[in-house]
Amino acid sequence: MRVVIAEDLFLLRDGLTRMLKAHGLQVTAAVDNGPDLLAAVAADKPDIAIVDVRLPPTFTDEGLRAALEARRKVPGLPVLVLSQYVEQLYARELLAGGTGGIGYLLKDRVLDSAQFVDAVRRVAVGGTAMDPEVIARLLAHNSGNGAVAALSPREREVLALMAEGRSNAAIALQLVITERAVAKHTASIFLRLGLQPSDDDNRRVLAVLAHLNR
Amino acid sequence: MSGTAMTPGPQVRRGPLAWVGEGLVAAARGLAFCLAFCGLTLAGAAALLAAPALVLAVLLPGDALTIGPDHYHLWLILAVTLVPCGLVSMRWVAGLTRWLAGMWSGVPIAVPYQPAPGGGQTSRWPRLRRWTGWLLTDPATWRDLLWVAVNACGGCVLVAAPTGLVLYGLGAMVALRSTGSDAPAPPAPSAPGPSLPGRPHSEGLTDWLAIPLHHGGLTAWLAIPLGLAIIALGLWAGGRMLPAYGVFARSMLGPTRQAELALRVRHLAQTRSDAIDTGAAEMRRIERDLHDGAQARLVAMGMTLDAAAQLLHTSPAAAGALLVEARDSSVKALAELRDLVRGIHPPVLADRGLADAVHGLALDMPLRVHFAGELPGRPPEPVESAAYFAVSELLANVSKHAGAGQAWIDISHAGGMLRIGVTDDGRGGADPARGTGLRGVEQRLAAFDGVLAVSSPTGGPTMVNMEIPCALSSPKTSSS
Repeated sequence: MRVVIAEDLFLLRDGLTRMLKAHGLQVTAAVDNGPDLLAAVAADKPDIAIVDVRLPPTFTDEGLRAALEARRKVPGLPVLVLSQYVEQLYARELLAGGTGGIGYLLKDRVLDSAQFVDAVRRVAVGGTAMDPEVIARLLAHNSGNGAVAALSPREREVLALMAEGRSNAAIALQLVITERAVAKHTASIFLRLGLQPSDDDNRRVLAVLAHLNR
Repeated sequence: MSGTAMTPGPQVRRGPLAWVGEGLVAAARGLAFCLAFCGLTLAGAAALLAAPALVLAVLLPGDALTIGPDHYHLWLILAVTLVPCGLVSMRWVAGLTRWLAGMWSGVPIAVPYQPAPGGGQTSRWPRLRRWTGWLLTDPATWRDLLWVAVNACGGCVLVAAPTGLVLYGLGAMVALRSTGSDAPAPPAPSAPGPSLPGRPHSEGLTDWLAIPLHHGGLTAWLAIPLGLAIIALGLWAGGRMLPAYGVFARSMLGPTRQAELALRVRHLAQTRSDAIDTGAAEMRRIERDLHDGAQARLVAMGMTLDAAAQLLHTSPAAAGALLVEARDSSVKALAELRDLVRGIHPPVLADRGLADAVHGLALDMPLRVHFAGELPGRPPEPVESAAYFAVSELLANVSKHAGAGQAWIDISHAGGMLRIGVTDDGRGGADPARGTGLRGVEQRLAAFDGVLAVSSPTGGPTMVNMEIPCALSSPKTSSS
């Protein structure tokens, strides 16, 4: 799997490169600004771009804008955006296209390399990886939403993990229940939220996120 | 609430005779002005004049005065206390005029007095002495007095003049009706000679009105247009006299340039000290948060790593567990630093500016918040920050206290004024005087000459409007 990294802090860029290599991914380019990212994406045709939100020269949301620009130039390019903080507004903008291949994670998540690499692989094949903090705040925002409030605590846990972009198997592993139990909860959640059930994991996640982001 | 927030309503179609009604209202208000002034002034002037009269009564010997010298100290005390009473009543007169001028003449007049001395000492006499000193040394007090004198000589009469003209015109017509019904009657054959003047009582009235009605029918009929013209003049003058009177009152009752500057300096000193206090308190909070949070966690992490290093060879499994613990500790330290940074200067505010940052706040709320509006540029950074935290505080209030189902935020900038409105459909009853939250927001905005207006009747809805004067910088051009 071929990866392009855009991160302006040398230590983090270097650490990320080494970690991904250690997990058998190929880092074709590691750059430190937006224009270089666009060039590298055009030249290397990577499977995924990992981008820091804050990049020079403005050190604001340069990286986010570069990532969205890269996705416009290469439609469907999987992008994983990293940040010191998560912002609902940015999550919405990333998800606005309604297609998969989007990740938005706190930088803290790189500390758990196994989970992080799992998220990278998931996004690279068109999946979604939303930070647990994004989802937690999204659920809090929906606390007044009758349908979400009516879910059982277990169903809410499943909903949160599903919204993060986890597969049924991963959810079962995390909650120490069987995959069949997860499937049952999922069916119930979709029924209560009035969503069309789908066997496609990606479409399922996007439907849930779209519902919560209403 | 500042008047600038009001938007002009749709133009009402005016009837051709609308000016008559308006003129009547204006004339009546002028008369009310005059009457209110006379009533209150009489009381005040009586108190003021009574004081020197009493002093004279005490000092002048003579049998005509019944006050005996054995009680003179009592009378002196009475005289001394009457002066402040008179001055206070002058303030009432001036205050009423300011209020009426703002309401009727459309000329709002600022109150120019220096602030009253605070409590401090509990003893009654020193407090009374300080209060009297404050009353007597304020130049605005003496300007009030001067205004009362000038107003009594002319202003008050002028403002009531339109009513006088209307009544004069009406009186002329009434007199005409009573004399005119006699005057044009054909002379009876049995009564030769010139027609007789009107009845005695109406002759007295026409004399009083100084209208020559008794010389004949033609002149009498001419008085109808004359009376109408006088009434029209009164109505016309009524609409013009009120604003003119308001401007006149402001020139004497409003703060002088010097007093205005003094008020401004006092306001600036107050807001500056508030801003410094707030800043210092923020620094202390940040220091405490760092000390108890991230700093402590880093120390613990170092110790855990050290312990892991010791155990690395003897017990690799235990060392591994400690390493996991150290990693978790670093995650927690990061989370705490993130919260701290968000509290100092939210990254999204730096990234995107106020409108998007407030939109972001709305998305983080545990209730549905509708966001509307945009800014064509960016306010200065301190204003942005103050406005952001003000909205943040207001939204926190909404979710904590209002019991609201929905909230609305709108943000705009026009005429050099940044405006943000936060409305919710909760239970209302929010009061800046009681809650420290709203008071804090008010102080935060005051440092930028911003104002906060709260409308929160019991039962809701609550509407909070903020206005901060500021210019917008041109929008930042994207470099990507």
